[in-house]
Amino acid sequence: MMKRIKTLETRNLCESAKKGGCGECQTSCQSACKTSCGVANQKCENADK
Amino acid sequence: MVHQYQLNGYNIVLDTCSGAVHVVDEVAYDIIAMFESHTQEEIVAAMLEKYQDRDDVTAEELRACIGDVQALKDAGQLFTPDTFADMAGTFKERSGDVVKALCLHVAHTCNLNCSYCFASQGKYHGDRALMSFEVGKRALDFLIEHSGTRTNLEVDFFGGEPLMNWDVVKQLVEYARTQEEPHHKKFRFTLTTNGMLIDDDVIGFANREMSNVVLSLDGRKEIHDRLRVDYAGNGSYDRIVPKFQKLVEARGGRNYYMRGTFTHANPDFTNDVFHMADLGFTELSMEPVVCAPDDPAALTPEDLEIVKEQYEILAKDMLRREREGRPITFYHYMLDLTGGPCIYKRISGCGSGTEYMAVTPWGDLYPCHQFVGEEAYKLGDIWNGVTNTALRDEFRACNAYARPECADCWAKLYCSGGCAANAYHATGSIRGVYEAGCELFRKRIECAIMMKAAEEAAEEEA
Repeated sequence: MMKRIKTLETRNLCESAKKGGCGECQTSCQSACKTSCGVANQKCENADK
Repeated sequence: MVHQYQLNGYNIVLDTCSGAVHVVDEVAYDIIAMFESHTQEEIVAAMLEKYQDRDDVTAEELRACIGDVQALKDAGQLFTPDTFADMAGTFKERSGDVVKALCLHVAHTCNLNCSYCFASQGKYHGDRALMSFEVGKRALDFLIEHSGTRTNLEVDFFGGEPLMNWDVVKQLVEYARTQEEPHHKKFRFTLTTNGMLIDDDVIGFANREMSNVVLSLDGRKEIHDRLRVDYAGNGSYDRIVPKFQKLVEARGGRNYYMRGTFTHANPDFTNDVFHMADLGFTELSMEPVVCAPDDPAALTPEDLEIVKEQYEILAKDMLRREREGRPITFYHYMLDLTGGPCIYKRISGCGSGTEYMAVTPWGDLYPCHQFVGEEAYKLGDIWNGVTNTALRDEFRACNAYARPECADCWAKLYCSGGCAANAYHATGSIRGVYEAGCELFRKRIECAIMMKAAEEAAEEEA
């Protein structure tokens, strides 16, 4: 247990390189903004992650 | 690469390449800032001096904290080296020529006359036109034919105002549904509308068939009616708000966005977000205007500073609403730290010009809706496919590592190098950088991650 550091649970991007890239997730701009690129709020749809 | 920032009482450390997020106290915050450039003993000495009035800061305890930092580094959660640059260019090539999403411009016309419209009142600087069923059907067939092994296909009904061609929208949805089973595809439809023509038929059909609806509302009546006017110059607020409320209620309050644009007239846009919340809407999106710098609606450098403050105000207020049990969602603050996109997506971006294209009423293909009307950016058409392959390759080469300006940016795996259309409009090149947009983007991500830290802290307290 670290006294001064709390690490939030996150998806490890380096690990995701191994099984990522199925391409099933939504195109980023499609759902709401239509005028900027942000991918961080997209959901992963990989059934095999 | 590590990014450290302090916001709303939280000390936050982001490890760009692993995606790790650490919430730390001020001592660890300082230690991490010195860690890569100082020896352990130098760090201990500096911390003992800085925190000399604190009993809990001892040499032994500082060494333990330095050990924790080293352990995180060893575990690939801090100071993770960037190993993605070499593979970045190959990610989009892996998907070949797959197309999985289309923005169908079913109506290049509009019943509103908003001066700030990037689509030039729906005409995209061209003629008014409605897409025929035949063209739309061919677009859907084109999508199926080029979707490869992808199951999920997305189609947005866009304009102009798509409800001005509503019968064709319905026919296209019905046609697409008949094609799902034979081709093993699943269509997800979205509709972006100004609301003027919403009626019970639209509500019933949209709520049954559209996985998302995007409803254009700029917030406060005086703000909305300033620019979102009909051709007689009358504001549209009073006509559309009751329709939106009816649609959203019938939809069960889910899978929609109230989507507003803020301009020089309202850099204090959080008041418009809160107004939408007061109207009973909870799924909210508010975007900075996209227009030429000399347009009166354009945000000024002074506005940008206000907007950045507003993002903080919004994040803090959303946390308050959450605590009070009446949360709202803001599109740009939706981060799923555990179930979000993989590195492929984070590097590749939105897919404009490759996996995602826009189709005009005449069946021409463009890299995305924001390029429609720019003749140099025509990719081909739905009968002959992409014929301007050099242009497609240019878009394929766009990724989080394509721009030298992004090399040292901690946010590049959140924005994927940014919006090609924004870059083009700001610099004349899709490989340019829209710096003002970057500044706002970074602020939004900082706020979104701070909210995650706050939510985690609240959960622990509970």
